Amino acid sequence: MAGSIPASATVDALAGGAPSRPQARWGTEAWRRFRRHKLALFGTIILGLIIFGVLVGPWLWKVPINDIDFNARLAGPSLAHPFGTDDLGQDLFARMLYGGRISIAVGLAAMVIAILFGVVIGAVAGISSGKVDAALMWLTDLFLSLPQLPLLLLIIYLFRDSLKNIVGPEMGVFILIVIVIGGFRWMPVARLVRAQFLSLREKEFVEAARALGASPFRLVARHLVPNSLGPVIVAGTIDVAAAIIAESTLSFLGLGFPPDIPTWGRILFDAKDYLDVAPHWALFPGTLIFLTVLSINYLGDGLRDALDPRKVM
Amino acid sequence: MTKYVIRRLLIAIPSLLGISLILFTVLALAPGDPFEELATNPNVPMEVRENLRKQFGLDDPVMVRYVRWFKSMVKGDWGFSFASRVDVDKLILQRVPVTLFVIGSSQIIALLIAIPIGVFAATRPYSIFDQVANTFAFIGFSLPTFFTGLLFILLFSIKLDWLPFVYRADISETGFAWWWTHFKQSIMPIMVLALFQAASWTRYVRSAVLDVVRLDYVTTARAKGLNERSVIVKHALRNALIPVVTLVALQMPAIFGGAIVTEQIFRVPGIGSLLISAILANDTPVIMAVTFVFACLVILFNLLADVLYGWLDPRISYR
Amino acid sequence: MAGNTGDRKTGDKPQAHGPGPVPLLHIRDLKTHFNTDDGMVHAVDGVSMHVHEGETLGIVGESGCGKSVTAFTVMRLVPIPPARIVGGEIMWRGRDLLKLSNAEMRAIRAREIAMVFQEPMTSLNPVYTIGEQIAEVVRLHEKAGRKEAMDRAVEMLKLVRIPHPEQRVKDYPHQFSGGMRQRVMIAMALSCNPKLIICDEPTTALDVTIQAQILDLLTDLKERMGMAVMLITHAMGVIAETAQRVVVMYAGKVVEEAPVGELFANPRHPYTQGLIRSIPRIDTAAIEKKRLEAIKGVVPSLLNPKPGCRFAARCPHAQPECVAATPPLRPVSLGHSAACIFAELPASKRPPRSIDASMSPVAPAAAVA
Repeated sequence: MAGSIPASATVDALAGGAPSRPQARWGTEAWRRFRRHKLALFGTIILGLIIFGVLVGPWLWKVPINDIDFNARLAGPSLAHPFGTDDLGQDLFARMLYGGRISIAVGLAAMVIAILFGVVIGAVAGISSGKVDAALMWLTDLFLSLPQLPLLLLIIYLFRDSLKNIVGPEMGVFILIVIVIGGFRWMPVARLVRAQFLSLREKEFVEAARALGASPFRLVARHLVPNSLGPVIVAGTIDVAAAIIAESTLSFLGLGFPPDIPTWGRILFDAKDYLDVAPHWALFPGTLIFLTVLSINYLGDGLRDALDPRKVM
Repeated sequence: MTKYVIRRLLIAIPSLLGISLILFTVLALAPGDPFEELATNPNVPMEVRENLRKQFGLDDPVMVRYVRWFKSMVKGDWGFSFASRVDVDKLILQRVPVTLFVIGSSQIIALLIAIPIGVFAATRPYSIFDQVANTFAFIGFSLPTFFTGLLFILLFSIKLDWLPFVYRADISETGFAWWWTHFKQSIMPIMVLALFQAASWTRYVRSAVLDVVRLDYVTTARAKGLNERSVIVKHALRNALIPVVTLVALQMPAIFGGAIVTEQIFRVPGIGSLLISAILANDTPVIMAVTFVFACLVILFNLLADVLYGWLDPRISYR
Repeated sequence: MAGNTGDRKTGDKPQAHGPGPVPLLHIRDLKTHFNTDDGMVHAVDGVSMHVHEGETLGIVGESGCGKSVTAFTVMRLVPIPPARIVGGEIMWRGRDLLKLSNAEMRAIRAREIAMVFQEPMTSLNPVYTIGEQIAEVVRLHEKAGRKEAMDRAVEMLKLVRIPHPEQRVKDYPHQFSGGMRQRVMIAMALSCNPKLIICDEPTTALDVTIQAQILDLLTDLKERMGMAVMLITHAMGVIAETAQRVVVMYAGKVVEEAPVGELFANPRHPYTQGLIRSIPRIDTAAIEKKRLEAIKGVVPSLLNPKPGCRFAARCPHAQPECVAATPPLRPVSLGHSAACIFAELPASKRPPRSIDASMSPVAPAAAVA
């Protein structure tokens, strides 16, 4: 009911004495709720376009990313260079298509790590007894208190070189960044999963499964995890946005990927000293980061309404 | 109440130990042991190197080294900076006030924006105001701080030439001119941080107030004949602020990250930009010390939030 | 326990005040509807009742019958979207409360009409001391100073028999038990000496022993302070103990009204008769070994109801005339009326049911509220 705030539980109960709709299947009901959220649909479309663009773009737009052309340096948008060029005359559009793949890949990979850690730790905590649970929760709280960016910077500073030697510069940094960013995002997921498990544990279907002889592992895998998926999916979506921002921040500070890899943050790092003569250089990557994150956030909001409609957020 | 504060203080100590342990582990695990580097770096004067050797006792077992390191951190004996050739603690003490000033003012402004808008939106849910506020909030926290900073510079410094974008710690003017110059150079970094935080807090305040406004005691307040403003501000908001306070504290680690970025963009001489320049210069003692300081600040703010929470909610400190 | 009404017919028609005092509160044909996703819920649909100075009116009925909504409407505390006050008037000492401005209504709340709610555990603000919460009412309506208001708070706590009031006044709600919190609520409601106190199920959330204490307290205070009480409950036992006159509500309408003794001795509406029959009785149960009598069927949904008697689906005497038009309140005797076409007939002379459930003007609710 739009705009309804019951004066009290009584009035709420009184006004609700109407026949309810027949229960639809969970999936279709969630989809229906999602569809009502216009901004979430808008976000999904924009996100889809961006992802499609960075996946397919490099095949369609064949201009190389490191084609140096001093005649065309710092040029504004034109037909030859839709996003303009940087100080070395390199085509920004091509660089952004390439860098976009990496930024988004980092986002997705970090999210996977965060969800993996979070679900495992949260599940173990939710299903075990007091001591294990308390220890894990203390660990979670500890990690939540860590100053993220300083530690991120510290770890990258310390481990970047050695990883470069093992798996090569790009892959090394990719692995490092993904693990570290994901390693800072598992805590909210763990808490969510633990909370879900704690509440589901008491429900009848779990008792029934246990009575039928289900092992703890089976209980978790087949009963508890599927029912906790809703909030985890929402958290995962937000994690992608946070990871993209984290990677961009690192690159912007000059401490992310190596200089020749044009992730969007890195492009901004180079562009920030040329704001007065070539604002387009900074505006395009910045706007794209903004649009990506915005659409992910809207998508997450829509998912939250669809899968977890309790709160009015 | 004092018992409660003491209890929270006692809990803060293991957290500090835990964080420092993680910090130390990271450092110890790093290839090319930074401690070793400290002792063998030719830039470091001989006496300092000898002291460091003794201080870190590089051949001792890890646990001993940790305890020694922790003790020296806590004592304030943070070593000597390679790059700046001054004692690290002096360097940090110089710069911490600036960071605290920028962070502190931005958070206050953020709350001053978020609370009224959040309350107003909550009292008129799904209205035009609410939807516009919600959209602004989304845009606000989807814009990364570095981009907002660049946009501000583009607009206010380059296009409009109203504000300087370099922060100078040594302003030559005095009196009112000093304040005005100080304001002009700090308003942009402060607003970048403030707007970013205000965006997410507006939604939390709205949600918290909406949760509270449907509770029975709000009806009781109305039944007493109080006007709607008193009902919302005196009764609902006072309760809604409690979870918001917790949230502000939990976001402290992220706020420091934002401060680092802003200090870089606007060249504010705080500990954030110190960290970055130390990393680029391989100045390990500074890096370690700054990270430690950040960790302490986070714990301090968490403690502050706990105390504030206990003060706001009588049910908590009573236990 | 005899009622002091001694007057006219109640019902939907405009009142000609017969012999007897002008009522303090006179609700006429009140209609409060709720706008929901599924349609308009007619929670209160043409309800009339009145309360005299110093009398205790009991309003009894099942959950969902509209008794709480009536009370909230009198206080104008129903949230206006989704609720709409569609019609009627609420006359309070010569003014129609529905026509007052917000500021005028606020001046009446707690000062002339006060309310005590059902859930003492959640009705007090957890972050203020109870002294502050009681003093707030006094300072608001009587422009009293801090100390004065706090002194009155202590006085009120004494009045509701809370031990050590000077110390307790500085305590927070979570330091009180449910029964004590309800006393605090009563103290708060009485602090400005209102003429009418509306109690919405004040003892439902409390233990039986505490219930008795609270009801005793209410009766005692009522006598001492000379105020009127509108007591809403679903328990016939509470009505029997405390009320002087009773209004029985069902599905958003008043179905019977009588002085309490008369109601129990001579109920004329089939619903009231069912209610009274369903009260478990120790004396007869042991001897007759009967099953507990319940009224068959469920509470109806109030979504877009059609005209006709709303009890017809569950009534043992329902006839086609009952569903054709809504029966008005018909006088049975002095001060006693019932909304039934057989109001004047005693139960033995009433014909058996001759309609089937599909003819009811209201559908059963999918879930009982």
